Amino acid sequence: MAEELRIVLRHLGKIDPMNIDDYLKAGGYQALKKARGMSPMDVIEEVKKSGLRGRGGAGFSTGQKWLFAHRMEADEKYVVCNADEGEPGTYKDRVIMENDPHSVLEGMAICAHAIGASKGYIYCRGEYPDLAKTLKNAVDQAKDKGVLGHFDIEVRLGAGAYVCGEETALIESLEGQRGEPRYRPPYPPVSGLWQKPTIVNNVETFANIAPIIEKGSAWFAGIGAAKFPGTKVLTLTGDVKNRTFIEVPTDTTIRDVIFEFGQGIAGNKKFKAVQIGGTSGGFIPETLLDTPIDFDSMRQTGATLGSGAVFVLDQDRDIVDVVTRITQFFEHESCGKCAPCREGTMRMRRIMEKINTGHGNKKDIALLERLGRVMAGACLCGLGQAAPTPVITTINNFSTDYETRLV
Amino acid sequence: MVNVKINGIQVAVPENATILQAAEAAGVKIPTLCHHPDQAIKANCRICVCEVEGLALLQAACSTPVWDGMVVKTNSPAVLEARKTILELILAHHPQDCLNCIRNQNCELQTLAEAYQIRENPFEHITRGLPRDTSTPSLVRDPEKCILCRRCEYACSEIQTVNALGLENRGHHAMVVPALGKDLAESPCIMCGQCIHACPVGAIHEKEEINELLAAIADPDKIVVTQMAPAVRLAIGEEVSLPTGAMDMHVLVGALKQIGFDYVLHTNFTADLTIMEEGHELLKRVKEGGKLPMFTSCSPGWINFCETYYPDLLDNLSTCKSPQQMFGALVKTYWAEKMQIDPAKIYSVSIMPCTAKKYEANRPEMNSSGYQDVDLVLTTRELGRLFRMTGLDFTKVQPGKFDSWMGAYTGAAVIFGATGGVMEAALRTVYEVVTGKTLEDVNFTFARGMEGIKEAEIDLNGLKVKVAIAHGLGNARKVMDQVRAGTSPYHFIEIMACPGGCIGGGGQPITKSNVKREERIKAIYSEDAGLPLRKSHDNPEVQQLYKEFLHEPLGHKSHELLHTHYTPKNKKFL
Amino acid sequence: MMDYKEIISPYASLEGGIIEAFHAVQAKMNYLPEEAIIATAEVFKIPVKEAYGVATFYSYFSITPRGKNIIRICESAPCHIAGAQEVVDALEKELGIKMGETTPDGKFTLEFAQCVGQCQETPVITINGKPYGGVSPESIPQILGEYK
Repeated sequence: MAEELRIVLRHLGKIDPMNIDDYLKAGGYQALKKARGMSPMDVIEEVKKSGLRGRGGAGFSTGQKWLFAHRMEADEKYVVCNADEGEPGTYKDRVIMENDPHSVLEGMAICAHAIGASKGYIYCRGEYPDLAKTLKNAVDQAKDKGVLGHFDIEVRLGAGAYVCGEETALIESLEGQRGEPRYRPPYPPVSGLWQKPTIVNNVETFANIAPIIEKGSAWFAGIGAAKFPGTKVLTLTGDVKNRTFIEVPTDTTIRDVIFEFGQGIAGNKKFKAVQIGGTSGGFIPETLLDTPIDFDSMRQTGATLGSGAVFVLDQDRDIVDVVTRITQFFEHESCGKCAPCREGTMRMRRIMEKINTGHGNKKDIALLERLGRVMAGACLCGLGQAAPTPVITTINNFSTDYETRLV
Repeated sequence: MVNVKINGIQVAVPENATILQAAEAAGVKIPTLCHHPDQAIKANCRICVCEVEGLALLQAACSTPVWDGMVVKTNSPAVLEARKTILELILAHHPQDCLNCIRNQNCELQTLAEAYQIRENPFEHITRGLPRDTSTPSLVRDPEKCILCRRCEYACSEIQTVNALGLENRGHHAMVVPALGKDLAESPCIMCGQCIHACPVGAIHEKEEINELLAAIADPDKIVVTQMAPAVRLAIGEEVSLPTGAMDMHVLVGALKQIGFDYVLHTNFTADLTIMEEGHELLKRVKEGGKLPMFTSCSPGWINFCETYYPDLLDNLSTCKSPQQMFGALVKTYWAEKMQIDPAKIYSVSIMPCTAKKYEANRPEMNSSGYQDVDLVLTTRELGRLFRMTGLDFTKVQPGKFDSWMGAYTGAAVIFGATGGVMEAALRTVYEVVTGKTLEDVNFTFARGMEGIKEAEIDLNGLKVKVAIAHGLGNARKVMDQVRAGTSPYHFIEIMACPGGCIGGGGQPITKSNVKREERIKAIYSEDAGLPLRKSHDNPEVQQLYKEFLHEPLGHKSHELLHTHYTPKNKKFL
Repeated sequence: MMDYKEIISPYASLEGGIIEAFHAVQAKMNYLPEEAIIATAEVFKIPVKEAYGVATFYSYFSITPRGKNIIRICESAPCHIAGAQEVVDALEKELGIKMGETTPDGKFTLEFAQCVGQCQETPVITINGKPYGGVSPESIPQILGEYK
């Protein structure tokens, strides 16, 4: 029987998130103390050796990212926590921050020491105003206790834009601009917030840092998949019996996630599909359920681990209708800056609606495929590049669902 | 230098070069839409995407820096598919009424659509259904045609710092609009028209008035008199397939007469007159402790800018009307009297490189002749259209002569068309007025060229005059902020709204880059150098005007006809 | 008229704090009036076109007046398959308005939302930011009762 392993949720239910003393009693901020006793390069080396890769979706080596920012000469550097969790079906960052805000703060402070930053921001999505209060309370208490030292953290609230989960769009938004992504390079560790070297990491990534420093990179590297070690917090939605969140090692299979932790399909129905990684993730059929959830294994199937959303559909679900709904999401959330995404998301929605209402034909499928290729290759940012994934993976894996709808 | 392979061609380019620049060096043309040579990188149209060996995603050539050993394919199947699809997407959301469009045959999108063989667009044609904004006398915004490249926004905000245009909404609802969704007239727009040059399509253009002109020409009761700014001749050739500067002045006069203008006069005449008035105004301010620095007032876009953004400094503006308006006031008074023509019958047309001139002519105070001083303003582009409409063959058009009393001019007037020209012309005259000596070398070369802000100290027989020249309102803003802060060291400042001066005006043939502006500037100074008279006070018709009519610079008549006042714009928002 | 500058000024010292300032205005007004956008631009010393660009980019900000209570219904896929459309129908029926509209008495506005991050209990609606999970058409009258 597969078991949960709680690293980032290590304090869940054990401490009062509104009281820093609880966190301190549980050994909180000891890792920060330890890190500050190490050279920044040693901290980065430790994070690199742990094999930790970003938990926001892109899966980039956290230590490597820090190293880029560390190497930059600048009068100011920034540490930004991406708490703009916006993937439909995802709420894992909220669970982490609601229950253990200080673990995020501590991770940020360790990063600040490693790269030489004195200012940090938490960009919390606008949908979580109460959470912003929890975070502000944690920052205030940490400042009062003096645990953060000279590292200052400010909590900023987003205002309803999924694209701000993209790190350069998030930076624009923090600067008080429209949340439109920047072209890269330069990447944020070289030129980010106010053109200064900036590390943007996901909530879950930061929450992993203190345990890594505390227990060592070898401990962490030994957990889960070799190339994507550690755990992943997943949120189970849709037609599973147990709609919940879990934290499991990264070598856990999708089948175990759905049938062990999710307790299988609700209403004694059969499994049809699962979309992993959020609304921009691929839809996976039964045949691929034994794939482990780690980043690279998922990649090989044409899907993504993404944010860790697990959206399950039973045998009766209308895939074309669900995907049509998803294309509406991307049409609504496209920032409009780059032409293929601005126009392409709108077209995808229109063509999917045409098919969903029984007016589509084979040419429409071919056009979706072409549009998908072009958007995936040519869009300015991850939103436009990933937007076709649910369409393309369902055309590939559930072609009958489409064919029966065509005229 | 780094070595890059573009389509198999090896090139060495500087380390910070983009793929686009490397391709250019390799002789490979990569299509662009949002890219503009004088603007920052935007990378939003994605038309320029290329395949780079080792990278899974296509890369925008305009924004991606090269590295040593980079291998680029600009025409792979994936690249061509992407470009064509993106073009189809843009076109499917565009009116596609090319035949009715002001930019027909001069449109970057149309050119690409042709090149990429867009025949049957698989995407359903949708338009936004938005109305044109015709709220100003100068510009027409046609949001239906906008392709969201944002080049106009850059020109307006970053180059001109006018901030009239910005983004609204997001996704496919995103639009480039004046703030708060208002129309242009309510926005801080100063009507310089630099957005027109920036626009790759026909989403913003001049308000066309050719039909009004044709009606006036056809009206037997109207005597159509025209004036023409110096920058028009320089660039009009570009509209009829001649090289920049190649249109002969007298052929141009002949062409205008052939079209039916009754009298062809020249704004250059009042440019020389402006120097007489403005030069004396400057000396008066210096000697009598008047408001300094004094700013030139020929550029109506600049006047609008000053009234909008620097209403506290309006007293620093020269009270001289622009040459266009001096001309308008005189043609219905002095000239009408001399020609014994009823001024009520005169239809005064001005041909200008400028869109803001249309607004200027419509200012309520511009009626000192007792009539509207200038009845109609055509841009250089409209003149080009008129030439094409009337089918003139410029290899056969017979040269004509300027008509009398307001047609003579000097080289000093000609150079008004370039940044620094008014300053140089003024110095040529002021030097001789102050020193009483003949100025041997009339070339004040410090004043010439595309540098944003130029300055010098001129010694006029011990009287040291500090001068500065700014063109493009972003540069003007820097100079103005100094004046506002009280730290400006200057006595006299020339400001032109448009980069390069009038040769780069909003009404000129579509000018995609400053390289074209430099070409026109070169042509203007060579015209000046070839003229027998190069100082405004040597203009015989100007001398005659003073003798017979005005009597003296800054005199009573001048004050009445040639000088004006300014009013704060008090825009609701900036 | 509301003194917008008084609301906005406390945020002036936050670099890039215009979004925080807009949140503060909306907390009082439920939308961003034109005068507030102009005032924000003045306080932050940016062109109005920039402030307007920001105000119209984010879906939490509205430049048109809205009701006292803003009901947002999540339309993302997990809520969609859990019956969000039935909840929309029930809300429209109960309030007598369509999505995007405000009741004549100015009490309620109906808006679509994308995921609000409460997917453990779908479908989800929020009223003035407060989430209600596992909503059914039958539970609508009771929930609305809290705000009437």
